[in-house]
Amino acid sequence: MTSDESHSEMPPAAPAAATGARSATPTGQPLVSLKNVNKHFGALHVLQDINLEVTKGEVVVVIGPSGSGKSTLCRAINRLETIDDGEILIDGNKLPAEGKALAKLRADVGMVFQSFNLFAHKSILENVTLGPIKVKGMKQAEAKELAMSLLQRVGVANQSQKLPAQLSGGQQQRVAIARALAMKPKVMLFDEPTSALDPEMINEVLDTMVQLAKEGMTMIVVTHEMGFARKAADRVIFMADGKIVEQATPEEFFTNPKSDRAKDFLGKILEH
Amino acid sequence: MDSLSEYFQSYLTALESYDVIGAFWVNIQLAFWAALGSAVLGTVLALMRISPVPSFRWAGATYVNIFRNTPLTIIMTFCILVMVFQLQINLSSDFNFNFFLWAIVGLSVYHAAFVCEAIRSGVNTVPLGQAEAARAIGLSFLPAARMIILPQAFRGAIAPLGNTLIALIKNTTVAAAASVIEAAGLMKTMIEFRPDVILAIFATFAAGFVILVIPVGLLTTWLSTKLAVTR
Repeated sequence: MTSDESHSEMPPAAPAAATGARSATPTGQPLVSLKNVNKHFGALHVLQDINLEVTKGEVVVVIGPSGSGKSTLCRAINRLETIDDGEILIDGNKLPAEGKALAKLRADVGMVFQSFNLFAHKSILENVTLGPIKVKGMKQAEAKELAMSLLQRVGVANQSQKLPAQLSGGQQQRVAIARALAMKPKVMLFDEPTSALDPEMINEVLDTMVQLAKEGMTMIVVTHEMGFARKAADRVIFMADGKIVEQATPEEFFTNPKSDRAKDFLGKILEH
Repeated sequence: MDSLSEYFQSYLTALESYDVIGAFWVNIQLAFWAALGSAVLGTVLALMRISPVPSFRWAGATYVNIFRNTPLTIIMTFCILVMVFQLQINLSSDFNFNFFLWAIVGLSVYHAAFVCEAIRSGVNTVPLGQAEAARAIGLSFLPAARMIILPQAFRGAIAPLGNTLIALIKNTTVAAAASVIEAAGLMKTMIEFRPDVILAIFATFAAGFVILVIPVGLLTTWLSTKLAVTR
């Protein structure tokens, strides 16, 4: 119905590993790989020649000033934003342009939004079971069991019959994490997951994310929470003006940033 | 006093000699089937207009611009004079029922354009994030529209859909142009033969439509607050 499915067969996987960016995980190919990705919003060059590889089990935190393109980068990875050129590979498969192949690939990539985006007309339980039932064809009872165990895990199982609007922001965001996990994604994307939350609710969401990171989930997290970056990240990526300016371990990045841009940014946010 | 009761008497005899209720029943039937037809067609058009495929969007927009901007009387006479008499396309072998069916087609085709725009205004009440979340869990366009977007859009479009339904009910009188015997046609006949009670006849038919339409307005206002999606 939607449109042409031009990339029904994926091209062979990209030449594996080679880079050695990560020492700890010896899995052959990167799980997420961006090659020379460019994107413009009109005259604004929001993503400039982005190259990034994320290996399985890695937690990458993307930070940077607003307008640096970090959200766009995150959204481009499951093609909520299109890119002008370059390529994005998920587990060796090129991200398809449209249609069923794209939907299938998106099911493998979990996404958590700044504004939660829970389905407003469906109960908490239905929000979590919808994907497994409708996309993966899971049986109702099985999906419910899975959903309840996930809701238990993020601590909102007792709210399962309510509507999203009846929950606090922190609870809604934890449900959104459960909804994404229900698809058993290979990688989870977090697009400023705590930016719309009241301060006292930020930690409950971050705790859930730290837990997830410890369990070995591959995560790409756009955030302003430096505490989370220090605690859970394997690597920090610093973006400014559409470019990846610097990447390092959190320890190295926060104590000894190399670029002036990063020093300036950290100086502004860490002083208080 | 006498003249007033005389007037009332002649009005009653006029009412008795014509089947006013039966005529209104035809309008109700026309409205019901045309509402159904335009709801289905309008939903399909709305889907086309929000679809990711440019040619579908273009086709949907073209339809709406043509039929929303054409007078209903012209569509109705086109159905009869061109479709039936010129092209001999009959929907039923029964002479009168054929006209009745074509009247439903004309009303549906015309009001579908308005239903489409009402639904589209409902789609605009659904935040973009809902569609993005649906896509992010792997739903493609049609399932996302069916399960996430349209259910919320309909609930946000009840008031404008109600307005369209009210307009449709009153527009069933245009079926007179398709030679369907309904309220407006009967009114014309009654005025022709009983000009002595012309005011009462006008008042009767006006009141009939008010009685039909008021519950629709009340119901949609009530539903639009009751079913509103809380965000």
